[in-house]
Amino acid sequence: MGRSCIEKLWDAHEITDLGDGSSLLYIDRVFLHERTGSIALKSLEASGRRVRNPAQVFCTMDHIVDTFPGRTDQTLMPSGTDFITATREAARAAGITVFDLGDPRQGIVHVIAPEQGIAYPGLTLVCPDSHTCTQGALGALAWGIGSTEAEHAMATQTLVVRRPKTMRVVFDGTLSHGVTAKDMILHLIATHGADGGVGYAIEFAGPAVRNMPMEARFTLCNMAVEFGAWTGVIAPDEITYEYVRGRPYAPSAEHWESAETCWRSLVSDDDARFDAELRVNVADIVPTVSWGTSPQHAVGIDETVPDPATEKDVNRRQLMEKALEYMDLKPGVPLEGIPIGAAFIGSCTNSRLSDLRNAAAIVKGKRVAEGVRAIIVPGSGQVKAAAEAEGLDKTFVDAGFEWRESGCSMCFFAGGENFGLETRVVSSTNRNFENRQGPRTRTHIASPTTVAASALRGALTDVRKLV
Amino acid sequence: MEKFTQLTAIAAPIRRINIDTDIIIPSREMKRVSKQGLGEGLFAGWRYTKPGGREENADFILNQPPYREAKIILTSANFGCGSSREHAVWALHEWGIRCIIAPSFGSIFQGNCVRNGILPVVLDDEKVVELVNWVEQDAAANQLTVDLVAGKVSAADHIEYSFSLSEADREMLLNGLDAIAVTLKRADEIAAFESRDQKQRPWAYPQRPAP
Repeated sequence: MGRSCIEKLWDAHEITDLGDGSSLLYIDRVFLHERTGSIALKSLEASGRRVRNPAQVFCTMDHIVDTFPGRTDQTLMPSGTDFITATREAARAAGITVFDLGDPRQGIVHVIAPEQGIAYPGLTLVCPDSHTCTQGALGALAWGIGSTEAEHAMATQTLVVRRPKTMRVVFDGTLSHGVTAKDMILHLIATHGADGGVGYAIEFAGPAVRNMPMEARFTLCNMAVEFGAWTGVIAPDEITYEYVRGRPYAPSAEHWESAETCWRSLVSDDDARFDAELRVNVADIVPTVSWGTSPQHAVGIDETVPDPATEKDVNRRQLMEKALEYMDLKPGVPLEGIPIGAAFIGSCTNSRLSDLRNAAAIVKGKRVAEGVRAIIVPGSGQVKAAAEAEGLDKTFVDAGFEWRESGCSMCFFAGGENFGLETRVVSSTNRNFENRQGPRTRTHIASPTTVAASALRGALTDVRKLV
Repeated sequence: MEKFTQLTAIAAPIRRINIDTDIIIPSREMKRVSKQGLGEGLFAGWRYTKPGGREENADFILNQPPYREAKIILTSANFGCGSSREHAVWALHEWGIRCIIAPSFGSIFQGNCVRNGILPVVLDDEKVVELVNWVEQDAAANQLTVDLVAGKVSAADHIEYSFSLSEADREMLLNGLDAIAVTLKRADEIAAFESRDQKQRPWAYPQRPAP
């Protein structure tokens, strides 16, 4: 019987089958950030253990750092500096490569690991961060872990992992104008629930994925965790190889041929079996926006806020009722036209150069609506520099956006910067959880172009009318 | 790590699907580079009346008398979804929770529980509802017993449900094992794999970045 891409990746890293449904897997890369990596490094040191292979461990500063121009180690978040300095000291002591503040390569872990060529096809990569699944888009097995597991990975270069069930999600058809990878994944989660992928590793496949540029693939895989999946993977192809080739830490010319030969064999065999399969025709997808407090609470921008009374499942109905209360919305209200107080473009989901280009094309020569606070946070120093070289920063600033240094920024509220109590925000991030972006902040997640269009109008907007 | 073998305790129903780790501990409550001092921030958004405040919200179940002593949480599907923050588990543990019963868990959260002495029990939603109904009749008296050795959750003498856990996780909890120490028993196997792999996949090992 044939094997799937996920099974091939798994088998290539299996040191031993532990016989209880789990295996000891070899871990090729560990990436840390200052929020959860600091405690992992500190705790490892306290236990008297060492990082086994420092060359396979990398670290960035993204979660706690401020994103204001001219930032330093000081943070608006109380005690944030402690996380930064503790991480820096422990990482240096362990001999780990750090992409520190001031380093032009610094940025959000899931943006810079691919950007630097640290993540590429055929690898296992872990990070104490749930959105590590983003990097599965390269044809790698990449997943989020806890801090204790990060210690384990650093001390042993292995993890004990329960073998997941496999699911293939096939995206057929062609995306309509104005519809993006973000809309695809929101649509999938809204259709099958935030627990639709629990217990599964998911391969995203089909023509719509094959035709997708690398950066959009990252967006798609990024929210596999919001679907409850252990991780998401896209089998590598020419688009992947083209993306990886020549990056600083990517395989050298000397090893490239043997790497590519291996990568080509990672594609799922025709007779590979999956435990579950879903099919979606992407032509049916419209720009999608969340209305509630779970990523499953999302509908097309041309729809209305759903009525919990129509939901048969009691658990789902109760969550919908709580969500409407938190979001201060009533059933039946059209999504389009709901007034917003802020707009945010950034995060590991949507902060790459193509995201910024697409958003800039919407706002060029226009102005953000009166009273709307609009912020752009590039995903890395390199994304920022590339955007500035194209003049995108000027487009955004002229339109009334703030242009920031890279980091996770207001994707979540750590006690520092936030949009304010009960502010309604349209955001290119991945989580619309209660209080995620700030105390009682009401988050609507959407694509960067929907965010840009909504910022101009001061209300949730169907971006298809502007492109 | 603290062992888990058997527990009889008050169970608090916190029934809502998709309770994420941001709810279990908001990021703003993760103030120090430490696993300690997090119990205070547990469910902070629900437990206190104001963001960042400490005035208790009397409506929240864990602020109510019998449930203040709860060691078990009865909850709904996909508990602990979202952020990987292990602080959620450290906060639950410090507050006193030792077992969580749900139809499903966020995968990273579930792993974090096992590594910190908290038993995640997976039971069908209808069974969780049965337990909730019984507990709610008199939470102080109607305590649940969770037995990891037998793999059973029971309520008095009329409800008994079996649950399973992977053998590795079960061993780890029953014996309070240090997972790294367990793996390091296979150090030779790991080294052998690595040296073989370096020949087969030389491209997979990081090189100095190109200038």
